[in-house]
Amino acid sequence: MPKPLPALIACPHCDALYRRPTLGPGERARCARCNAPLYRESIRLDPDHLLALVIAAAITLVIANVSPVVRLSAGGITHSASLIGSIGILWQEGRALTAMLAFATTIGFPVAELAAFTVLLVLIRRKPGSPLVAALLRGIQMVRPWGMTEVFMLGIVVALVKISHTAQVVPGVALFAFAALTILLTVIISYDLKALWALRPLPEADP
Amino acid sequence: MTLPTARAEGLILCETCGLVCDPGDRPDPHCPRCGAALHVRKVDSIKRTWALLIAAAILYVPANLLPVMVTYTLFNTSRDTIMSGIVYFWKSGSPDLAILIFAVSIFIPLAKILCMVLLLVAAQYGVDRGLRQRALMFRVIEFVGRWSMLDIFVITMTVGMVRFRSLATIDAGPGAAAFGAVVVLTMIAAHTFDPRLIWDRSEKKS
Repeated sequence: MPKPLPALIACPHCDALYRRPTLGPGERARCARCNAPLYRESIRLDPDHLLALVIAAAITLVIANVSPVVRLSAGGITHSASLIGSIGILWQEGRALTAMLAFATTIGFPVAELAAFTVLLVLIRRKPGSPLVAALLRGIQMVRPWGMTEVFMLGIVVALVKISHTAQVVPGVALFAFAALTILLTVIISYDLKALWALRPLPEADP
Repeated sequence: MTLPTARAEGLILCETCGLVCDPGDRPDPHCPRCGAALHVRKVDSIKRTWALLIAAAILYVPANLLPVMVTYTLFNTSRDTIMSGIVYFWKSGSPDLAILIFAVSIFIPLAKILCMVLLLVAAQYGVDRGLRQRALMFRVIEFVGRWSMLDIFVITMTVGMVRFRSLATIDAGPGAAAFGAVVVLTMIAAHTFDPRLIWDRSEKKS
């Protein structure tokens, strides 16, 4: 087994090697050579707070997906549009790739991340050394760049502006739910996952 | 400024959990904390990034030439490419949105491909000027890439919203999938590129 050296830190962007400084809450370490952020200390956010936020985000995500984003009327016809319904239409119209991409980035990956995070945060307090903790953390890191709720939120706004020229638009519950979800996910993502990795016990160096 | 690097000290940073490890002389070392395989640099970074970028550059053509949206009304059918959609926004009194869509759908993907090519070529030839600028360029590319997905979401929601039976419906066009593929491929390319390669050659020289 390679020897762990937790007192050191290497810049993932330029490989410069440092002795790890201790940071105060809200502080952030940057690389002196390439200026990339190295790690940060969260402001008043520990794993238990994070669990509360993750569960709140999961509930918001369900509301955002089952309720309509908008009700529209034009020429005497009224109907409502939801995210899942819109993806369903893409799929039925034979745009399977586009539908899958939209589904994965707005529903699939965020649901996977929140589900994995919930299990992880419960488990990490009892058994931080468990292999499942490592698997979940790796999974979250892999999935995270592909969840695009905040981009989708902007997409809804642009689509609404576009449609409002031709149809009457009444915002639905999901519009506000997506706005709330964007904020919750931003706070959750601001928590540096390296702090959770650091909770794992290090093995004894072999002789 | 010369700083010690992990590689020069014979150490490896675990890509997955961020632990610095001393692999000793073991072949095929794994991280003692998270179990991930340890590599001094990302495996085949330059080759993989080139492959993904070339694929993205090829798909950039149909993404811009094929229609991304098809509008059916009572009397006619119109096909919109990304660019004609932008022109529509511009003419219909939303120049701000036209600029936004142009930036994320046309400018960013193209700029991203060109900048990644520059980073790759400079790393391969060991250019040692503008190191900090290139490091910053890479971080910006990594950060903005996801916002190019905006148009896919606008199309998805527009298709879902404009369902007025015989009056008007909108479907996505074949360009949408090509465009989505460009965004995904360039995001993966940014992920496979190892920014430490920017600095490696300049160290050897000094």
